[in-house]
Amino acid sequence: MKLRTSHYLIIAFLAAFTYFYSKDGLVATSVLYTAIQFALPLALAAMVGVMCERTGVVNIGIEGTMLISAFTAFFAGAILKNTVQGMLVGVFTGAMMGLLLALMAVNWKMDQIIAGVIINILAAGITSFYYRQNYSIPSTLDPIDLPVIGAWPILGPVLSFHGPITYFGIFFILGLWFALYKTSWGLRSRAVGEHPSSADTAGVSVSRLRYLNVTAAGAVGGLAGSYLALEAVGIFERGFTAGKGFTALAIMIFGRWNPLGALAAALFFGLTQAVTNQLMIDEVVEIPPQFINMLPYILTIVVLAISAGKVRPPAAEGIPYEKEKS
Amino acid sequence: MKTLLEIEGVSKSFGSVIANEDISLTVREGEILALLGENGAGKSTLVKAVFGLVKPDTGTIKINGTVMESGDTAAAIASGVGMVHQHFQLVPVMSVTENMILGDEPKKFGVVNIKQAKKEALALSEKYGLEVDPDAIIEDLPVGMAQRVEILKALRRDVKLLILDEPTAVLTPQETDELLEVLRNLAKRGVGILFITHKLREVMAVADRIAVLRGGKLMGTTTPKESSESKLAQMMVGREVVLRVEKSVAKPKEVLLSIKNLRVNDDRKLESVRDLSLEVHAGEILGIAGVEGNGQRELVEAICSMRSRLSGEVVVKGKAIPNLNPRAAHLAGVSHIPEDREKHGLVTSYSIADNLVLNRFDQAPFANGWIRNLEEVASNGEALVEKFDIRAPNASLSAGSLSGGNKQKVVVARELSQQLDVVVAAQPTRGVDVGSIEFIHNQLIAARDAGAAVLLVSAELDEILSLADRIAVISNGKIVAIFSSKEADRNTIGRLMAGLAS
Ligand SMILES: Nc1ncnc2c1ncn2[C@@H]1O[C@H](COP(=O)(O)OP(=O)(O)OP(=O)(O)O)[C@@H](O)[C@H]1O
Ligand SMILES: [Mg+2]
Repeated sequence: MKLRTSHYLIIAFLAAFTYFYSKDGLVATSVLYTAIQFALPLALAAMVGVMCERTGVVNIGIEGTMLISAFTAFFAGAILKNTVQGMLVGVFTGAMMGLLLALMAVNWKMDQIIAGVIINILAAGITSFYYRQNYSIPSTLDPIDLPVIGAWPILGPVLSFHGPITYFGIFFILGLWFALYKTSWGLRSRAVGEHPSSADTAGVSVSRLRYLNVTAAGAVGGLAGSYLALEAVGIFERGFTAGKGFTALAIMIFGRWNPLGALAAALFFGLTQAVTNQLMIDEVVEIPPQFINMLPYILTIVVLAISAGKVRPPAAEGIPYEKEKS
Repeated sequence: MKTLLEIEGVSKSFGSVIANEDISLTVREGEILALLGENGAGKSTLVKAVFGLVKPDTGTIKINGTVMESGDTAAAIASGVGMVHQHFQLVPVMSVTENMILGDEPKKFGVVNIKQAKKEALALSEKYGLEVDPDAIIEDLPVGMAQRVEILKALRRDVKLLILDEPTAVLTPQETDELLEVLRNLAKRGVGILFITHKLREVMAVADRIAVLRGGKLMGTTTPKESSESKLAQMMVGREVVLRVEKSVAKPKEVLLSIKNLRVNDDRKLESVRDLSLEVHAGEILGIAGVEGNGQRELVEAICSMRSRLSGEVVVKGKAIPNLNPRAAHLAGVSHIPEDREKHGLVTSYSIADNLVLNRFDQAPFANGWIRNLEEVASNGEALVEKFDIRAPNASLSAGSLSGGNKQKVVVARELSQQLDVVVAAQPTRGVDVGSIEFIHNQLIAARDAGAAVLLVSAELDEILSLADRIAVISNGKIVAIFSSKEADRNTIGRLMAGLAS
């Protein structure tokens, strides 16, 4: 199925690319460039899900985590007049949200869906209550002109000139994949998510690992939020994340809880959106914009319908670990 | 010799159940202490307290003279305690190697060195004579194999105190003998061993001292020299136990179960039942003797329609059972006591009462049309708990909270308390105490005498020899010989099981 995801991606990619390239090479590259921009926050947000669920904690609070982090990142950046410091505040906020989830899910053994809902409500409430107009950050994070790669034909302009969070994010996802499957942290995390008592009896502290991973995942969610506010658009609005945190869950499932699978799935989502946007601009199709805005949600439903029943989530996800019940 | 482990006044209750009551015990270096007791006597609870998996209500546990913080498994491991768990602590989706190294991974530059781990796993399996495939995924393994992994996992770490909670329940006799030899050698090197088993023969063979628990209390300690199997049985159960099966001569009648040219694949898609034919008559127990992994599991699952048949037929009372339809097999009159009670026998999160009607919850009297009759379920539950001596305060508790042997009794109770035509019993007394073995054996004989055709699969040749009226030897997926219980001879059967011509 990991393969299948990448197959879809490659077919969609080739079709879109051929179409646009046959019309105008510049447009083709710009569509791909935008696809990466659309995909990145989704991919990062999906990593939040992967990190949490692989250790057995369901996180439906990704949306809220991103929203509140985008909020703090933006206003900290605006007040401090420093975008980078704003980003650090955003990441920190995300980590605190992760910590809050860990507290509710691991310590208090709360229902994890409810814990996630709490985070989402909290974030929506805080960000709209304290929202102020007329703030602006000095500038978005500066894009980076990649040496060598930037000069490549066709792919150069697609891959180059993204912001720092984009590049960091992609390396992070690759690194997370490696860590999850090749390091002892990964082995232990997966064991905790599948069969926590096995890990416990092997001397691995289930709650410590869940705390660590859920908090770190929160920080990643904070980074995704910061990306939206500081790198992609440079503004903040109420309800700014527009469901990306939920779409990310679908992407995580489509990617089978595998960082690379999720990255591929996110690129697929991003590409779909970029292509549709371009078709609208070109007025090839006349669809009311409302329908275009529905696209991520429709795609989510389709993707979930395709992968439902075929995927196998971590066996212990959502279940608080109680030592003497094993 | 130095005292390694001191358990002082440990008590532990779960709700109204007192699992351990003021228990004090010691294990010295190089000593093998066998812990005996009925199902639910509190053996597992006690050793889990030592390993930091259960927090005792009162009492202390000292290892090498240091008081251990209760409930700290990592600390117990750090002070050299290793444990083989009764309920395997293995991650189902991971490989044998990954499970063995979990928590103590060989690393190269921070990366798990899986190649070295695999080599280690193979070396270990060779050293201790417990064969495993390091690449196999745990969930594909039969229980016997999983047990070996569980044991090797504990032996891999350099332990000073080794706890084994029923490690031999699913091993073949040869493997058991090898394990006992391993234990002796470890003890010689100064390792203290705490060994739980229901098999008195093993206790007599390896134990230096024997401690007996009953109802959560320590009944006393003894040594193999001072006691005998029947004395131990009596100490455990509190009454005399007949260790030998007593039964009348079978009066076989018409064929109830007939298997024709059956071919079945195992999980690795290799043919493991090869063109097997067999008939079981009403009023007889047919025992299948064989080394585990010779197709018994696949045969049983194919009869119960849980595993796809490549070809061939299973006919019950003249009616062919459709492929892959366990419910149809059940309705046709097949009772099934599965070898893995956790995976196929119980829903551990359901109550004992619900588990006791798991295969007939929707039939009268347990349901009126679509509505379940919970009163009937509850009273049936209480009645069976009573009749089958399931040790639980009441039947509304979750099946998961039962001790291992009592879980087995729930499955047996459910399967033998219905209209019996064909009974397929796979390892029915695995992990069950001597008193309950006697009881289950008597139930199987009663089923036979009531006219059921009983197919008994067991890795215990003794069980087969004492219970079966006819004995079929399976080897490599084929029935290689059938004996009547009179002709049966241990050595011949042993040779046939090993795949040697008689
Ligand atoms: N987590 C739990 N919750 C509730 N009751 C429990 C729990 N664990 C054990 N018990 C109860 O404590 C008692 C002792 O159980 P334990 O598992 O120690 O028995 P055992 O001697 O190991 O039996 P067996 O030979 O069947 O494995 C049983 O009555 C069991 O039902
Ligand atoms: Mg036990």
